[in-house]
Amino acid sequence: MIGILLLKIVLALVWFLVLTLYLTWLERKESAVMQDRIGANRAQILGLRLFGLFQPFADAIKMIFKEDFVPSFSKKLLHTLAPFLSFFFVCVTISAIPFADDIRIGGKTIPLQVFDADVGLLFVLAMLSLGIYGIILSGWSSNNRFALLGGMRGAAQLISYEVALGLSLVGLIMVFPSLRISEMVRAQGSLVLGFLPAWGVFLQPVGALIFFIAALAETKRVPFDMPEGESEIIGFFAEYGGLKWGMFMFTDFMEILIVSCLMTTLFFGGWQVPWLGPQGFSFPWGGSWHLASWLVTVFQVLIFNVKVIFFCWLQILIRWTYPRLRYDQLMDLGWKVLVPLSLLNILATGLIMSL
Amino acid sequence: MGKALGILWEIFRGSLITARHFTVNMFFHTLNLVGIKTRRKGAVTIQYPEVKKPLASRHRSRHRLMRREDGKPRCVACMLCATVCPSDCIAIEAAEDPDPEIQKVPASFVIDLNRCCFCGFCVEACPEDAIRMDTAVIDLAATSHQDLVVGLDKLLG
Repeated sequence: MIGILLLKIVLALVWFLVLTLYLTWLERKESAVMQDRIGANRAQILGLRLFGLFQPFADAIKMIFKEDFVPSFSKKLLHTLAPFLSFFFVCVTISAIPFADDIRIGGKTIPLQVFDADVGLLFVLAMLSLGIYGIILSGWSSNNRFALLGGMRGAAQLISYEVALGLSLVGLIMVFPSLRISEMVRAQGSLVLGFLPAWGVFLQPVGALIFFIAALAETKRVPFDMPEGESEIIGFFAEYGGLKWGMFMFTDFMEILIVSCLMTTLFFGGWQVPWLGPQGFSFPWGGSWHLASWLVTVFQVLIFNVKVIFFCWLQILIRWTYPRLRYDQLMDLGWKVLVPLSLLNILATGLIMSL
Repeated sequence: MGKALGILWEIFRGSLITARHFTVNMFFHTLNLVGIKTRRKGAVTIQYPEVKKPLASRHRSRHRLMRREDGKPRCVACMLCATVCPSDCIAIEAAEDPDPEIQKVPASFVIDLNRCCFCGFCVEACPEDAIRMDTAVIDLAATSHQDLVVGLDKLLG
Protein backbone atom coordinates (compact mmCIF):
# COMPACT_ATOMS: atom_id res chain seq x y z
CA MET A 1 0.00 0.00 0.00
CA ILE A 2 2.87 2.35 0.86
CA GLY A 3 4.37 1.68 -2.54
CA ILE A 4 1.16 2.59 -4.30
CA LEU A 5 0.85 5.75 -2.21
CA LEU A 6 4.41 6.80 -3.02
CA LEU A 7 3.80 6.11 -6.69
CA LYS A 8 0.67 8.25 -6.59
CA ILE A 9 2.52 11.09 -4.87
CA VAL A 10 5.30 10.98 -7.44
CA LEU A 11 2.87 10.82 -10.36
CA ALA A 12 0.75 13.69 -9.03
CA LEU A 13 3.81 15.85 -8.39
CA VAL A 14 5.32 15.11 -11.79
CA TRP A 15 2.01 15.89 -13.51
CA PHE A 16 1.69 19.08 -11.49
CA LEU A 17 5.22 20.38 -11.95
CA VAL A 18 5.53 19.50 -15.63
CA LEU A 19 2.21 21.11 -16.41
CA THR A 20 3.25 24.19 -14.43
CA LEU A 21 6.53 24.32 -16.34
CA TYR A 22 4.62 24.32 -19.59
CA LEU A 23 2.16 26.89 -18.30
CA THR A 24 4.99 29.41 -18.60
CA TRP A 25 5.28 28.39 -22.23
CA LEU A 26 1.51 28.56 -22.66
CA GLU A 27 1.44 32.01 -21.10
CA ARG A 28 4.07 33.33 -23.48
CA LYS A 29 2.57 31.75 -26.57
CA GLU A 30 -1.02 32.58 -25.72
CA SER A 31 -0.27 36.21 -24.97
CA ALA A 32 1.70 36.38 -28.21
CA VAL A 33 -1.09 34.92 -30.29
CA MET A 34 -3.58 37.26 -28.66
CA GLN A 35 -1.40 40.23 -29.59
CA ASP A 36 -0.66 39.08 -33.17
CA ARG A 37 2.89 38.09 -32.25
CA ILE A 38 4.69 34.76 -32.43
CA GLY A 39 6.15 34.48 -28.95
CA ALA A 40 9.23 32.76 -27.60
CA ASN A 41 10.39 30.32 -30.27
CA ARG A 42 14.19 30.57 -30.29
CA ALA A 43 15.16 28.13 -27.57
CA GLN A 44 16.55 25.16 -29.44
CA ILE A 45 18.35 21.88 -28.97
CA LEU A 46 20.55 20.98 -31.94
CA GLY A 47 18.54 23.23 -34.23
CA LEU A 48 15.25 21.72 -33.10
CA ARG A 49 12.92 24.51 -32.05
CA LEU A 50 9.49 22.88 -31.65
CA PHE A 51 7.58 26.16 -31.17
CA GLY A 52 9.82 27.11 -28.25
CA LEU A 53 8.92 24.07 -26.19
CA PHE A 54 12.43 24.12 -24.70
CA GLN A 55 11.95 27.65 -23.40
CA PRO A 56 11.03 26.61 -19.82
CA PHE A 57 14.32 24.69 -19.58
CA ALA A 58 16.26 27.66 -20.89
CA ASP A 59 14.56 29.82 -18.26
CA ALA A 60 15.36 27.31 -15.55
CA ILE A 61 19.03 27.14 -16.55
CA LYS A 62 19.24 30.91 -16.60
CA MET A 63 17.72 31.24 -13.13
CA ILE A 64 19.84 28.47 -11.62
CA PHE A 65 23.05 30.09 -12.81
CA LYS A 66 22.17 33.54 -11.56
CA GLU A 67 23.75 34.72 -8.36
CA ASP A 68 21.82 33.63 -5.29
CA PHE A 69 21.81 37.05 -3.73
CA VAL A 70 20.72 37.72 -0.16
CA PRO A 71 20.90 41.38 0.90
CA SER A 72 23.10 41.98 3.92
CA PHE A 73 20.34 43.83 5.74
CA SER A 74 17.76 41.06 5.41
CA LYS A 75 16.92 38.36 7.93
CA LYS A 76 18.74 35.56 6.17
CA LEU A 77 16.92 32.48 7.46
CA LEU A 78 13.42 33.86 6.88
CA HIS A 79 14.46 35.42 3.60
CA THR A 80 15.52 31.98 2.38
CA LEU A 81 12.56 30.21 3.92
CA ALA A 82 9.84 32.41 2.41
CA PRO A 83 9.92 31.18 -1.22
CA PHE A 84 10.05 27.58 -0.03
CA LEU A 85 7.01 28.14 2.16
CA SER A 86 4.83 29.56 -0.57
CA PHE A 87 6.09 26.86 -2.95
CA PHE A 88 5.37 24.05 -0.50
CA PHE A 89 1.85 25.01 0.47
CA VAL A 90 0.68 25.21 -3.11
CA CYS A 91 2.42 21.94 -3.96
CA VAL A 92 0.67 20.12 -1.11
CA THR A 93 -2.74 21.17 -2.36
CA ILE A 94 -2.54 18.93 -5.42
CA SER A 95 -2.84 15.90 -3.13
CA ALA A 96 -6.54 16.60 -2.62
CA ILE A 97 -7.44 16.61 -6.31
CA PRO A 98 -8.97 13.39 -7.74
CA PHE A 99 -7.76 12.62 -11.25
CA ALA A 100 -10.26 9.89 -12.13
CA ASP A 101 -12.67 7.40 -10.63
CA ASP A 102 -11.27 4.61 -8.43
CA ILE A 103 -9.56 1.88 -10.40
CA ARG A 104 -9.68 -1.80 -9.49
CA ILE A 105 -6.56 -3.88 -10.04
CA GLY A 106 -6.53 -7.48 -8.76
CA GLY A 107 -9.38 -6.96 -6.31
CA LYS A 108 -7.84 -3.83 -4.85
CA THR A 109 -9.58 -0.47 -5.12
CA ILE A 110 -7.16 2.36 -5.74
CA PRO A 111 -8.51 5.91 -5.61
CA LEU A 112 -6.68 8.10 -8.09
CA GLN A 113 -6.19 10.79 -5.50
CA VAL A 114 -3.27 11.11 -3.13
CA PHE A 115 -5.04 12.20 0.02
CA ASP A 116 -8.81 11.74 0.28
CA ALA A 117 -9.52 13.54 3.54
CA ASP A 118 -13.11 13.79 4.71
CA VAL A 119 -12.51 17.53 5.12
CA GLY A 120 -10.73 17.76 1.78
CA LEU A 121 -12.28 21.07 0.84
CA LEU A 122 -11.25 22.68 4.11
CA PHE A 123 -7.78 21.22 3.68
CA VAL A 124 -7.47 22.88 0.27
CA LEU A 125 -8.70 26.24 1.58
CA ALA A 126 -6.36 26.02 4.57
CA MET A 127 -3.33 25.26 2.41
CA LEU A 128 -4.17 28.11 0.04
CA SER A 129 -4.43 30.46 3.02
CA LEU A 130 -1.12 29.30 4.45
CA GLY A 131 0.51 30.42 1.22
CA ILE A 132 0.07 33.98 2.50
CA TYR A 133 2.85 33.29 4.99
CA GLY A 134 5.33 33.09 2.15
CA ILE A 135 4.29 36.56 1.01
CA ILE A 136 4.30 38.21 4.42
CA LEU A 137 7.59 36.57 5.39
CA SER A 138 9.32 37.56 2.19
CA GLY A 139 8.11 41.14 2.52
CA TRP A 140 9.07 41.40 6.16
CA SER A 141 12.38 39.56 6.13
CA SER A 142 13.63 41.56 3.15
CA ASN A 143 13.86 44.52 5.53
CA ASN A 144 12.97 46.80 2.65
CA ARG A 145 10.09 49.23 3.03
CA PHE A 146 8.73 48.65 -0.45
CA ALA A 147 8.88 44.89 -0.06
CA LEU A 148 7.16 45.17 3.31
CA LEU A 149 4.41 47.33 1.81
CA GLY A 150 4.01 44.82 -0.99
CA GLY A 151 3.75 42.00 1.51
CA MET A 152 1.13 43.87 3.52
CA ARG A 153 -0.85 44.66 0.39
CA GLY A 154 -0.69 40.99 -0.53
CA ALA A 155 -1.80 39.86 2.90
CA ALA A 156 -4.70 42.32 2.98
CA GLN A 157 -5.84 41.33 -0.48
CA LEU A 158 -5.57 37.59 0.05
CA ILE A 159 -7.33 37.67 3.41
CA SER A 160 -10.15 39.79 1.98
CA TYR A 161 -10.72 37.46 -0.91
CA GLU A 162 -10.36 34.41 1.32
CA VAL A 163 -13.70 35.41 2.83
CA ALA A 164 -15.51 35.50 -0.51
CA LEU A 165 -13.74 32.31 -1.57
CA GLY A 166 -14.92 30.43 1.50
CA LEU A 167 -18.44 31.80 1.40
CA SER A 168 -18.88 31.02 -2.29
CA LEU A 169 -18.23 27.37 -1.51
CA VAL A 170 -20.81 27.14 1.25
CA GLY A 171 -23.66 26.91 -1.27
CA LEU A 172 -21.81 24.11 -2.99
CA ILE A 173 -21.35 22.24 0.26
CA MET A 174 -25.10 22.56 0.85
CA VAL A 175 -25.88 21.14 -2.58
CA PHE A 176 -23.45 18.23 -2.41
CA PRO A 177 -23.72 17.50 1.29
CA SER A 178 -20.08 16.60 1.77
CA LEU A 179 -16.67 18.15 2.31
CA ARG A 180 -14.92 15.11 0.85
CA ILE A 181 -13.75 16.11 -2.60
CA SER A 182 -14.06 12.67 -4.17
CA GLU A 183 -17.62 12.53 -2.83
CA MET A 184 -18.41 15.91 -4.38
CA VAL A 185 -17.09 14.85 -7.76
CA ARG A 186 -19.08 11.63 -7.62
CA ALA A 187 -22.23 13.59 -6.81
CA GLN A 188 -21.69 15.59 -10.00
CA GLY A 189 -22.11 12.45 -12.08
CA SER A 190 -25.89 12.34 -11.65
CA LEU A 191 -28.28 14.16 -13.96
CA VAL A 192 -30.66 17.03 -13.39
CA LEU A 193 -33.89 17.17 -15.43
CA GLY A 194 -32.85 13.94 -17.09
CA PHE A 195 -30.15 15.32 -19.39
CA LEU A 196 -28.07 18.04 -17.70
CA PRO A 197 -25.07 16.74 -15.75
CA ALA A 198 -25.33 17.89 -12.13
CA TRP A 199 -22.16 19.91 -12.32
CA GLY A 200 -21.59 22.57 -9.69
CA VAL A 201 -21.77 25.32 -12.28
CA PHE A 202 -25.36 24.37 -13.18
CA LEU A 203 -26.45 24.05 -9.56
CA GLN A 204 -24.47 27.03 -8.26
CA PRO A 205 -23.86 29.46 -11.16
CA VAL A 206 -23.39 32.48 -8.90
CA GLY A 207 -21.16 30.52 -6.57
CA ALA A 208 -19.02 29.43 -9.51
CA LEU A 209 -18.61 33.01 -10.71
CA ILE A 210 -17.72 34.33 -7.27
CA PHE A 211 -15.34 31.47 -6.67
CA PHE A 212 -13.59 32.09 -9.97
CA ILE A 213 -13.16 35.83 -9.38
CA ALA A 214 -12.00 35.33 -5.79
CA ALA A 215 -9.63 32.57 -6.87
CA LEU A 216 -8.22 34.85 -9.57
CA ALA A 217 -7.48 37.36 -6.84
CA GLU A 218 -5.82 34.59 -4.83
CA THR A 219 -3.41 33.85 -7.67
CA LYS A 220 -2.33 37.53 -7.41
CA ARG A 221 -1.92 37.96 -11.13
CA VAL A 222 -2.61 40.94 -13.25
CA PRO A 223 -6.10 42.21 -12.69
CA PHE A 224 -5.30 41.68 -9.00
CA ASP A 225 -1.51 41.95 -8.94
CA MET A 226 -1.13 44.61 -6.27
CA PRO A 227 1.11 42.41 -4.08
CA GLU A 228 3.81 41.96 -6.67
CA GLY A 229 3.29 44.96 -8.92
CA GLU A 230 4.89 43.21 -11.85
CA SER A 231 5.30 46.28 -13.98
CA GLU A 232 6.92 48.32 -11.23
CA ILE A 233 8.82 45.44 -9.55
CA ILE A 234 7.99 46.99 -6.18
CA GLY A 235 6.29 43.99 -4.68
CA PHE A 236 6.98 41.59 -1.88
CA PHE A 237 9.81 39.93 -3.81
CA ALA A 238 11.68 43.13 -4.59
CA GLU A 239 14.77 41.79 -2.81
CA TYR A 240 14.80 38.41 -4.49
CA GLY A 241 16.72 37.28 -7.51
CA GLY A 242 17.67 34.17 -9.37
CA LEU A 243 16.13 30.89 -8.40
CA LYS A 244 14.31 32.21 -5.32
CA TRP A 245 12.54 34.80 -7.44
CA GLY A 246 11.89 32.00 -9.90
CA MET A 247 10.23 30.01 -7.14
CA PHE A 248 7.83 32.87 -6.44
CA MET A 249 7.06 33.08 -10.14
CA PHE A 250 6.64 29.32 -10.31
CA THR A 251 4.30 29.48 -7.31
CA ASP A 252 2.12 31.90 -9.26
CA PHE A 253 1.83 29.44 -12.10
CA MET A 254 1.18 26.59 -9.70
CA GLU A 255 -1.63 28.65 -8.21
CA ILE A 256 -3.15 29.07 -11.66
CA LEU A 257 -3.06 25.34 -12.06
CA ILE A 258 -4.52 24.74 -8.61
CA VAL A 259 -7.31 27.20 -9.25
CA SER A 260 -8.05 25.47 -12.54
CA CYS A 261 -8.05 22.10 -10.78
CA LEU A 262 -10.41 23.37 -8.08
CA MET A 263 -12.68 25.06 -10.61
CA THR A 264 -12.81 21.82 -12.57
CA THR A 265 -13.26 19.59 -9.55
CA LEU A 266 -15.82 21.64 -7.69
CA PHE A 267 -17.83 23.27 -10.44
CA PHE A 268 -17.20 21.47 -13.71
CA GLY A 269 -17.55 17.86 -12.74
CA GLY A 270 -13.91 16.97 -12.16
CA TRP A 271 -13.23 13.77 -14.04
CA GLN A 272 -16.91 13.29 -14.90
CA VAL A 273 -17.60 13.03 -18.60
CA PRO A 274 -21.23 13.88 -19.32
CA TRP A 275 -23.34 10.66 -19.47
CA LEU A 276 -20.29 8.41 -18.94
CA GLY A 277 -20.90 5.81 -16.27
CA PRO A 278 -18.59 3.02 -15.14
CA GLN A 279 -20.00 0.79 -17.92
CA GLY A 280 -19.74 3.34 -20.71
CA PHE A 281 -21.86 6.08 -22.18
CA SER A 282 -25.62 6.02 -21.82
CA PHE A 283 -27.07 8.99 -23.62
CA PRO A 284 -30.26 10.71 -22.48
CA TRP A 285 -31.77 10.24 -25.95
CA GLY A 286 -31.64 6.49 -25.54
CA GLY A 287 -28.43 5.26 -27.14
CA SER A 288 -25.59 3.69 -25.21
CA TRP A 289 -21.97 2.85 -25.92
CA HIS A 290 -20.32 0.14 -23.89
CA LEU A 291 -16.70 0.76 -22.93
CA ALA A 292 -14.07 -1.32 -21.12
CA SER A 293 -13.32 -0.05 -17.62
CA TRP A 294 -9.74 0.96 -18.45
CA LEU A 295 -11.04 2.97 -21.38
CA VAL A 296 -13.46 4.72 -19.05
CA THR A 297 -10.56 5.68 -16.77
CA VAL A 298 -8.56 6.97 -19.73
CA PHE A 299 -11.55 9.04 -20.81
CA GLN A 300 -11.91 10.47 -17.31
CA VAL A 301 -8.24 11.41 -16.97
CA LEU A 302 -8.29 12.97 -20.43
CA ILE A 303 -11.40 15.03 -19.79
CA PHE A 304 -10.00 16.17 -16.47
CA ASN A 305 -6.85 17.40 -18.20
CA VAL A 306 -8.84 19.09 -20.94
CA LYS A 307 -10.96 20.96 -18.44
CA VAL A 308 -7.94 21.99 -16.36
CA ILE A 309 -6.07 23.26 -19.40
CA PHE A 310 -9.14 25.14 -20.55
CA PHE A 311 -9.29 27.01 -17.25
CA CYS A 312 -5.56 27.72 -17.39
CA TRP A 313 -6.14 29.15 -20.86
CA LEU A 314 -9.03 31.24 -19.57
CA GLN A 315 -6.99 32.64 -16.69
CA ILE A 316 -4.11 33.56 -18.97
CA LEU A 317 -6.60 35.20 -21.32
CA ILE A 318 -7.92 37.27 -18.43
CA ARG A 319 -4.40 38.15 -17.31
CA TRP A 320 -3.51 39.50 -20.75
CA THR A 321 -6.81 41.31 -21.29
CA TYR A 322 -7.46 43.46 -18.28
CA PRO A 323 -5.54 46.29 -16.65
CA ARG A 324 -4.91 46.26 -12.95
CA LEU A 325 -7.59 47.29 -10.46
CA ARG A 326 -6.89 50.25 -8.21
CA TYR A 327 -6.49 49.25 -4.59
CA ASP A 328 -9.79 50.77 -3.41
CA GLN A 329 -11.59 49.19 -6.36
CA LEU A 330 -10.07 45.89 -5.36
CA MET A 331 -11.30 46.18 -1.80
CA ASP A 332 -14.72 47.38 -2.98
CA LEU A 333 -15.04 44.41 -5.29
CA GLY A 334 -14.06 42.03 -2.52
CA TRP A 335 -16.05 43.37 0.40
CA LYS A 336 -18.96 45.23 -1.19
CA VAL A 337 -19.74 42.97 -4.13
CA LEU A 338 -18.42 39.45 -3.73
CA VAL A 339 -19.07 38.93 -0.02
CA PRO A 340 -22.71 40.20 -0.06
CA LEU A 341 -23.35 38.30 -3.29
CA SER A 342 -22.03 35.07 -1.83
CA LEU A 343 -24.12 35.59 1.32
CA LEU A 344 -27.20 36.13 -0.86
CA ASN A 345 -26.23 33.03 -2.79
CA ILE A 346 -26.18 30.99 0.42
CA LEU A 347 -29.58 32.39 1.37
CA ALA A 348 -31.08 31.65 -2.03
CA THR A 349 -29.63 28.14 -2.04
CA GLY A 350 -31.11 27.48 1.36
CA LEU A 351 -34.51 28.80 0.31
CA ILE A 352 -34.61 26.71 -2.84
CA MET A 353 -33.42 23.59 -1.04
CA SER A 354 -36.05 23.96 1.69
CA LEU A 355 -38.89 24.16 -0.82
CA MET B 1 -27.05 48.17 -10.25
CA GLY B 2 -27.81 48.77 -13.91
CA LYS B 3 -24.60 50.70 -14.28
CA ALA B 4 -22.61 47.97 -12.58
CA LEU B 5 -24.12 45.38 -14.89
CA GLY B 6 -23.20 47.57 -17.86
CA ILE B 7 -19.61 47.72 -16.65
CA LEU B 8 -19.59 43.97 -16.19
CA TRP B 9 -20.87 43.51 -19.73
CA GLU B 10 -18.15 45.78 -21.10
CA ILE B 11 -15.52 43.86 -19.12
CA PHE B 12 -16.85 40.64 -20.56
CA ARG B 13 -16.81 42.11 -24.08
CA GLY B 14 -13.16 43.01 -23.60
CA SER B 15 -12.25 39.41 -23.04
CA LEU B 16 -14.32 38.45 -26.09
CA ILE B 17 -12.14 40.74 -28.22
CA THR B 18 -8.90 39.15 -27.02
CA ALA B 19 -10.42 35.69 -27.31
CA ARG B 20 -11.41 36.48 -30.90
CA HIS B 21 -7.86 37.59 -31.67
CA PHE B 22 -6.60 34.36 -30.16
CA THR B 23 -8.92 32.09 -32.12
CA VAL B 24 -8.52 33.89 -35.45
CA ASN B 25 -4.73 33.97 -35.18
CA MET B 26 -4.65 30.38 -34.00
CA PHE B 27 -6.74 29.41 -37.03
CA PHE B 28 -4.25 30.94 -39.45
CA HIS B 29 -1.29 29.54 -37.52
CA THR B 30 -2.80 26.08 -37.78
CA LEU B 31 -3.50 26.47 -41.51
CA ASN B 32 0.10 27.53 -42.12
CA LEU B 33 1.40 24.70 -39.96
CA VAL B 34 -0.38 22.04 -41.98
CA GLY B 35 0.92 23.61 -45.16
CA ILE B 36 -2.04 25.59 -46.43
CA LYS B 37 -0.79 28.97 -47.61
CA THR B 38 -2.97 31.92 -46.74
CA ARG B 39 -2.52 35.56 -47.59
CA ARG B 40 -3.18 36.55 -44.01
CA LYS B 41 -0.70 35.27 -41.43
CA GLY B 42 -1.33 34.51 -37.78
CA ALA B 43 1.23 37.06 -36.66
CA VAL B 44 2.73 40.24 -38.04
CA THR B 45 6.18 39.35 -36.71
CA ILE B 46 9.18 39.38 -39.05
CA GLN B 47 11.77 36.85 -37.85
CA TYR B 48 14.55 39.40 -38.20
CA PRO B 49 17.95 37.85 -38.65
CA GLU B 50 16.58 35.19 -40.99
CA VAL B 51 13.91 37.26 -42.70
CA LYS B 52 14.54 40.88 -43.51
CA LYS B 53 12.07 43.56 -44.38
CA PRO B 54 12.79 45.07 -47.82
CA LEU B 55 14.30 48.53 -47.46
CA ALA B 56 12.86 51.51 -49.26
CA SER B 57 14.88 52.51 -52.34
CA ARG B 58 15.78 55.87 -50.77
CA HIS B 59 16.66 54.36 -47.40
CA ARG B 60 19.88 55.87 -46.04
CA SER B 61 22.26 53.11 -44.97
CA ARG B 62 26.07 52.90 -44.69
CA HIS B 63 28.00 55.11 -47.10
CA ARG B 64 30.02 54.01 -50.09
CA LEU B 65 32.37 55.87 -52.42
CA MET B 66 31.82 55.54 -56.15
CA ARG B 67 34.61 54.79 -58.63
CA ARG B 68 35.38 56.22 -62.04
CA GLU B 69 35.38 53.96 -65.07
CA ASP B 70 39.10 53.37 -64.65
CA GLY B 71 38.64 52.35 -61.03
CA LYS B 72 39.92 55.46 -59.29
CA PRO B 73 37.64 57.09 -56.71
CA ARG B 74 35.34 59.74 -58.11
CA CYS B 75 35.97 61.92 -55.07
CA VAL B 76 37.99 65.04 -55.79
CA ALA B 77 38.55 65.90 -52.11
CA CYS B 78 36.62 69.16 -52.38
CA MET B 79 35.66 68.90 -48.68
CA LEU B 80 32.03 69.88 -49.31
CA CYS B 81 30.73 66.79 -47.54
CA ALA B 82 33.07 67.31 -44.59
CA THR B 83 31.91 70.92 -44.39
CA VAL B 84 28.21 70.22 -44.55
CA CYS B 85 28.36 67.28 -42.15
CA PRO B 86 26.46 68.32 -38.99
CA SER B 87 28.07 65.55 -36.94
CA ASP B 88 31.58 66.42 -38.13
CA CYS B 89 32.28 62.79 -38.80
CA ILE B 90 34.01 62.94 -42.20
CA ALA B 91 37.76 63.49 -42.28
CA ILE B 92 39.43 63.84 -45.71
CA GLU B 93 43.10 64.21 -46.53
CA ALA B 94 43.72 65.40 -50.08
CA ALA B 95 46.55 64.36 -52.35
CA GLU B 96 47.60 65.56 -55.78
CA ASP B 97 46.49 63.70 -58.88
CA PRO B 98 48.73 63.66 -61.99
CA ASP B 99 45.69 64.11 -64.24
CA PRO B 100 45.14 67.89 -64.65
CA GLU B 101 41.42 67.24 -65.25
CA ILE B 102 41.05 65.82 -61.76
CA GLN B 103 43.74 67.61 -59.80
CA LYS B 104 42.92 66.18 -56.34
CA VAL B 105 42.17 62.73 -54.92
CA PRO B 106 41.56 61.74 -51.32
CA ALA B 107 44.65 60.23 -49.71
CA SER B 108 42.40 59.11 -46.89
CA PHE B 109 38.66 59.33 -46.48
CA VAL B 110 37.50 58.38 -43.00
CA ILE B 111 33.89 58.32 -41.82
CA ASP B 112 33.35 57.91 -38.09
CA LEU B 113 30.09 55.96 -38.04
CA ASN B 114 29.93 56.37 -34.27
CA ARG B 115 29.11 60.02 -34.85
CA CYS B 116 27.23 59.81 -38.15
CA CYS B 117 23.55 60.68 -37.83
CA PHE B 118 22.64 59.37 -41.31
CA CYS B 119 21.16 62.70 -42.43
CA GLY B 120 22.37 62.23 -46.00
CA PHE B 121 23.64 65.83 -46.37
CA CYS B 122 26.99 64.57 -47.65
CA VAL B 123 25.25 62.78 -50.49
CA GLU B 124 23.33 65.91 -51.40
CA ALA B 125 26.37 68.16 -51.16
CA CYS B 126 28.65 66.06 -53.35
CA PRO B 127 29.14 67.69 -56.79
CA GLU B 128 30.72 64.56 -58.27
CA ASP B 129 28.13 62.01 -57.09
CA ALA B 130 31.04 60.31 -55.38
CA ILE B 131 29.40 59.40 -52.09
CA ARG B 132 26.15 57.49 -51.81
CA MET B 133 24.25 55.90 -48.94
CA ASP B 134 22.63 52.96 -50.70
CA THR B 135 24.59 49.93 -49.52
CA ALA B 136 21.60 48.55 -47.52
CA VAL B 137 24.01 47.82 -44.68
CA ILE B 138 21.96 48.64 -41.60
CA ASP B 139 23.27 46.21 -39.01
CA LEU B 140 26.07 48.51 -37.94
CA ALA B 141 27.06 46.96 -34.67
CA ALA B 142 30.59 46.45 -33.44
CA THR B 143 32.35 45.54 -30.25
CA SER B 144 34.71 48.52 -30.33
CA HIS B 145 34.54 52.10 -31.48
CA GLN B 146 37.48 51.57 -33.82
CA ASP B 147 35.51 49.01 -35.83
CA LEU B 148 33.00 51.70 -36.73
CA VAL B 149 35.58 54.10 -38.11
CA VAL B 150 35.67 53.15 -41.76
CA GLY B 151 38.28 54.27 -44.28
CA LEU B 152 38.78 54.28 -48.02
CA ASP B 153 39.19 50.51 -48.33
CA LYS B 154 35.81 49.77 -46.78
CA LEU B 155 34.00 52.65 -48.43
CA LEU B 156 35.24 51.77 -51.88
CA GLY B 157 34.79 48.02 -51.41
